[in-house]
This record gives sequence, C-alpha cells and structure tokens, in this order.
Amino acid sequence: MLSDPVWQLILVCALATFATRILPFVALSKQADHPLILHLGRYLPPAVMLILVIYALRDFSPLTAGWQLNMGDNGLPLILASLLVAGMHVWRHNALLSIVLGTVAYMVMVQLGWSV
Amino acid sequence: MISPIWREAARQTLPVLFGYLPLGAAFGIVAIEVGIPWYAAAAMSLIIYAGAGQFLATTLLAAGAGLTEVAVATMMLNSRHIFYGLSLLKRFQGAGWRKPYMIFALTDETYSLLTSQTTYSHALGFRISLLNQLWWISGTLIGIAVGSAQLFNSQGIEFALTALFIVLTLEQAKRLKQALPFIIALVTGLSAVLLLPERHLLLGAIGSASLLLLVHYRYRQRRENHHAV
Repeated sequence: MLSDPVWQLILVCALATFATRILPFVALSKQADHPLILHLGRYLPPAVMLILVIYALRDFSPLTAGWQLNMGDNGLPLILASLLVAGMHVWRHNALLSIVLGTVAYMVMVQLGWSV
Repeated sequence: MISPIWREAARQTLPVLFGYLPLGAAFGIVAIEVGIPWYAAAAMSLIIYAGAGQFLATTLLAAGAGLTEVAVATMMLNSRHIFYGLSLLKRFQGAGWRKPYMIFALTDETYSLLTSQTTYSHALGFRISLLNQLWWISGTLIGIAVGSAQLFNSQGIEFALTALFIVLTLEQAKRLKQALPFIIALVTGLSAVLLLPERHLLLGAIGSASLLLLVHYRYRQRRENHHAV
C-alpha cells in the first residue's frame, strides 16, 4: 500500500499538517507559564477571530464591473447578511439565532437573485 | 439518551456542521473528479483533516507533484497553525490522553470555538474537536456519494462559517473589553488583503499580528521595569 504514490502523498500531507499543529507544543512545552506565552494566549485569539472575519469577507465588492450594484454572492448579500448577524448578536446575544438567521438570509438573497 | 455534555458540544458545533457539510462535500466531489479513489478521499479527511490543505493535496496529486514539494507546500499553507498552538499551550495543559487528538484536530473553526469558551473543560473541548471532524468526514462522504448532483439547493450555506467568526469576534470583544487586538487585526488583516496573494494571506496576517503582539509585550515590560525603578 505504501508503494502507491497516492497513499505516499496523503501520508506526507498528513504528517506535514500535523507537524505545523504540534510544533509549538513540542518546542515550548516547558514555557507554558512564560509571561509572553500568556500574553499571546490572551490577545492572539481575538485578533485571529477578526482576521478570519476579514478573510471570509475578502472578496466583497459593492459594485460589479459595469458599475451596477453587485447582488451576487460576493456583493451586497454578503455585507447585509454579515451586518444582520452582528446586529442580531448585539441585540439578542444568542449565537445560534444570529448565525442561522444570517445564513438563511444570505441563502435566500443569493438564490432568489435579490433586487431592490 | 444523550448526555448534557454531548448536547452542549453538538449545540456549539452546529454552525460548523452547516459549514463543514457543504465544504466537505465540495472536497469529496473534487477528489472524485480528479480521479482519487473514494476510500483515499475519505482517508484524507480522516488523517489530514485540513480544508485548504486537502484541496491543495488534490491539486498536487492531479499535477503529479513530488513528495518534497507536497511537504513544503502543505507546511507553508498550514503554518498559521503554529500561532494557534502558541496561544493554546496553557489551555491544553492537563488534557492528558485527549491532548494528541486535540492538537491534531486544530482547524480554524475548532480553534475559534475552543478559545471562545468562558468555562473551559477538556471533556467539552475534546467533544467539540471530535464532532467538528465528524461533520467534516460526513460532508466528504456525502460529496463522494452524491457527486455533483445536488440534493437540495444549498448555495450560500457556507456563509454559516463567516457568521460563526463574526459572532465569536463579538464574544471575544465582550469578554476582553480592550481594543488593542482588534486594532492589530484590522491593520494586519486589511493590509494582507490588499498586499498579499491569496495563498499567503492568512499566514501573513496572523504572523504579523503575532509579531505586533510581541512588540507590545516588550514595550509594556520595559515600561513596567521603568516604573519599578
């Protein structure tokens, strides 16, 4: 089985992925209480979370190439649904409700070809 | 009868389910289309378990890439995980037998859920990690079985992951009540979107955010030492 190139590639890919995940735990296992590690543990997760939001919205563009309002899946539906999620969450503090409402709104807008 | 802890894990991972089913299915479909046997595609979701990493692997497989190239490309793509581990060193302490799996299963989405717990327990964290991978494998199997034929029109359902990140950002802001990490994220995130090619975007943003936090740490330490004198 290991002579099959498909399996070799899968195995290498699995090991490389695991290596990036386990590296800090192996290299810094004795340093978990170092003030710098605690500092990163406190401030990095919120920063990563907002970066993931920015990444998810990276393709947003309000206008199409022809200067029309963009109603496609990277246009107004994306930003409107995001604002709905944020607004609902600030208002009701119910994570699942915000996510489900926002996702349904987005799906309806991109599937039905939402227009003003 | 489902125990309360499993129910809580299922509740928290539900948005990930909405995202991982269609994305996992997309991976299954692509894998079959480039000619990977179905059991190999399923094995990839079982032992690699990295969304973008698996799509990259199918591309490299189809292109007949060498193993060194595969190893380097995969590590480049996933090196942001190094920073995830840095901020979980403390939290994963004492996880015991669960720890190797929780490190293996550290995707963007799992990291986000684990770092957003107000009262963290390894028992719940482990179940969250496990369920997320179960959703990913289920999606892959659906993609393999159904192929490009659509069961229902699910277009746009992957927005659930964007919504999850928005909600978790607000939760983190509520808990931390400090602007600093969000200002850093805005600066590095927007700069990366404007300046970097797609494949280096996340690493560039997360890497430079970590660097800025290191600078901030140094600065604060120096100021404290100064006051102590």
